[in-house]
Amino acid sequence: MTDKNQNSSNEATSVKTKSTPIDFAIRYGFLALLVALVIFFSLAAEGFAGPHSAVFIFQSVAITGILALGVTCTLVVDGFDLSIGSVATTALMLSAYVMVVWEMNAFVAVIACLVMGAVVGLINGFLIVKMRVPDLLATLGMMFLLIGLQRIPTQGRSIATGMTMPDGSVANGTFSKAFLALGRHRFDFFIDNLIPFSVIFLLVIGLLIWVFLELTRHGRIMYAIGSNERAAALAGANVNRYKVLAYVISGITASIGGILLAARLGRGDLASGNNLLLDSIAAALIGFAVLGAAKANAFGTIIGALFVGILLQGLTMMNAPYYTQDFVKGAVLVVALVFTFALSHHRSGGHT
Amino acid sequence: MSKVTVKLTGITKSFGTNKVLRGINLDLPAGKITALMGANGAGKSTLVKIICGVYSANSGTITLEDVPFTPSSPSHAIASGVVTVHQSINDGVIPDLDIASNLMLDQLAKPASSFFINARKTRNQARKIAAAIGLEVDVTRTVSDLGLADRQLIAIARAMAHHPKILVLDEPTSSLSASEATRLFTLLDRLRNKGVAILYISHRMSDIRRLADRIVSMRDGEIAGTFETEPLDYEGAVNSMLGQQMAGLQLDTKPAGKPVLVLKDICLKAGAEPFSIDLCEDEVIAITGLVGSGKTDFASVLFGLTPLYSGSMMLNGKPYDPHSAGDAINSGVFLCPKDRASNAVIPGFDITGNITLPFLARHSTASFIKDRSEQTTASATISSLGIVCQSNSDDIGTLSGGNQQKVMVGRWLAETSRLLVLDEPFQGVDIKARRDIGSKIRQTANGRATIVFASEMDEALEIADRIVVMNDHTIVGNHLNKNIDMNAVMAQVAGQQTTQQQSI
Repeated sequence: MTDKNQNSSNEATSVKTKSTPIDFAIRYGFLALLVALVIFFSLAAEGFAGPHSAVFIFQSVAITGILALGVTCTLVVDGFDLSIGSVATTALMLSAYVMVVWEMNAFVAVIACLVMGAVVGLINGFLIVKMRVPDLLATLGMMFLLIGLQRIPTQGRSIATGMTMPDGSVANGTFSKAFLALGRHRFDFFIDNLIPFSVIFLLVIGLLIWVFLELTRHGRIMYAIGSNERAAALAGANVNRYKVLAYVISGITASIGGILLAARLGRGDLASGNNLLLDSIAAALIGFAVLGAAKANAFGTIIGALFVGILLQGLTMMNAPYYTQDFVKGAVLVVALVFTFALSHHRSGGHT
Repeated sequence: MSKVTVKLTGITKSFGTNKVLRGINLDLPAGKITALMGANGAGKSTLVKIICGVYSANSGTITLEDVPFTPSSPSHAIASGVVTVHQSINDGVIPDLDIASNLMLDQLAKPASSFFINARKTRNQARKIAAAIGLEVDVTRTVSDLGLADRQLIAIARAMAHHPKILVLDEPTSSLSASEATRLFTLLDRLRNKGVAILYISHRMSDIRRLADRIVSMRDGEIAGTFETEPLDYEGAVNSMLGQQMAGLQLDTKPAGKPVLVLKDICLKAGAEPFSIDLCEDEVIAITGLVGSGKTDFASVLFGLTPLYSGSMMLNGKPYDPHSAGDAINSGVFLCPKDRASNAVIPGFDITGNITLPFLARHSTASFIKDRSEQTTASATISSLGIVCQSNSDDIGTLSGGNQQKVMVGRWLAETSRLLVLDEPFQGVDIKARRDIGSKIRQTANGRATIVFASEMDEALEIADRIVVMNDHTIVGNHLNKNIDMNAVMAQVAGQQTTQQQSI
């Protein structure tokens, strides 16, 4: 950081002295709530503060968090990607198919999934930018299409070693050890086996996307497009290219999420990943409220995912029934949205 | 003298500190078409919205047939016989429904109307409504299949079903072709003969010549002139609407340098007269003309937003054929667009982000933005244009309109350009900010060509070395801004056929 920079930021804070309790609540409210939640569960639920539940929270947060980071990119350009959940499950089935049915190695499986994610993103972008299909509808269509597509090769059955294929042959391939490690290996961090591999992925992808959105001019232009597309275009930005890019990023991150899910499960399970879409969208939207950003942002998204993960783990350990989970998530999301829209509107009120 | 249907006395209206209407007195006589003229921001739309019940006036009275009239809502105004056809045609019709439903919409929307729709009855009543204004259509057709003129006529027919005492039309021909407009005019003639008072708002002189019994011109929230003696003084009306008193500041006009952009025989659209013009270094050219005279189309062509219909452009001696805003910017042609709220301001960004947006590449290494470089540019822009703010990181939305506009202009002054195009840079800007922006544009004009599109005549006189007049998508006048013959300019703006052009 440079001197000049610090000066100007000091200036900015010293001038904006009118920090009311509401401003404070908007900025730090959600983080405070997160800390309060951790303290509450640590006291109330036995074992919550231990390494086991931490591992469980990290596991559950990692995949939704990665998907949510992709959605964040599309939200930044004022788009939306409903196809991420189905891209992830398609990646799950595709990796299983490549390894179990085609008996190829993990590397091929990973590459195939990433390419699939990128291609889906390109098609989404093409539908939205060139065919002028509204983003929600285009990605909804893509979601249906993929949910259907992943069932066709196996005639609607899950993929596991030893299964009989529609043509009567038996699939003899297996998930390779290296592939399974992506989802199952844990690194030591003070305590043995604390950090799952997938969390490393989340942190690396989160950092990359944060850097991209916050520090590079491309990220800046994407935010400009999301804020006023016409003005960004008249300032010379290639709006269409950036929009397509956002959907490609979203497709790729969703396929990474699918790969990690496959590696954790070790089989091509059709029923998995049903909750991925809603959970990750909730995480990205909750992220709006973190630090009073009032816009999609990578840091907020990760905090949002963590928030939901901690809340659910805590409630589970306090013996709240599983079927209340979605209700709790919905309530958190609504509160976060109120934080974002009602309160920050209150703050910038005055000029119209 | 025919009886007065609507009488407005001392109407004022402010939005915040901005006084939009400053005491309007206006009579609208029955059976006459009153044309209302005024530049953008003169307060026409606000006045219309007060008459039709969208806004309420801060002070003043309206009487409708000698009875005090204070419309509380648009539907109240309609029920009282004040009917408005708005500029955007699709506000008046619902494209996905058939004509009959459109014509009967107000009936259907009434709480008292029956729950089920009797299709045949609806069609029959709709036919009656259409016939009442001489409209012959198949009422079962869907409105989206119709042309703009038919849609407009249906909107009017729907309005007429209320038996209005006064009909207000806001720019009804702005999206109609000449032949479509003729059909509308025939209808308006018929309504006039029925004794309806008509308030007709338009920028098109040809419409006004064809229709108006009297002309009222507005300027800065006041009635600037009323013209009702035959023959109508069209030129006088344009003069009073644009205002041509010299702005009190004397310009040092500079001689033009060598040409930057040479336009040869260019046509802005099919059927427009081709024109040629050289845009030269050091010179500020103001292009003026009424709304719809092709100024915005010209700006779009220069910036690569719409393709040139025909002709050639040479920039720095090389062919210039931009396909996008990015192309234009890379060639050194910058456009500061009109209507900053929709075309320029990034509401989510602070002042710095708004200033540096087009030239982020200059402020970054390997795509990483250098905060220091950005802040330096922003601070320089803020101080050189005198932008009133608390710090570089103020949200753009916290600035006043004039200061926002300074940011938008400053955005394009931050880098050197070959040609700088400013489309209505003084739109919605107070006089102080306007002077600041104007003098900054002139100070920095050396080494580039500058074009300012301005519909207000004083703005043009205040900033330009040369004033070019556009009418009907072509250039009809070209004057050095020195001892300028205002009558000739005004005649060209109004589209009068002058015999010899005052060219150089």
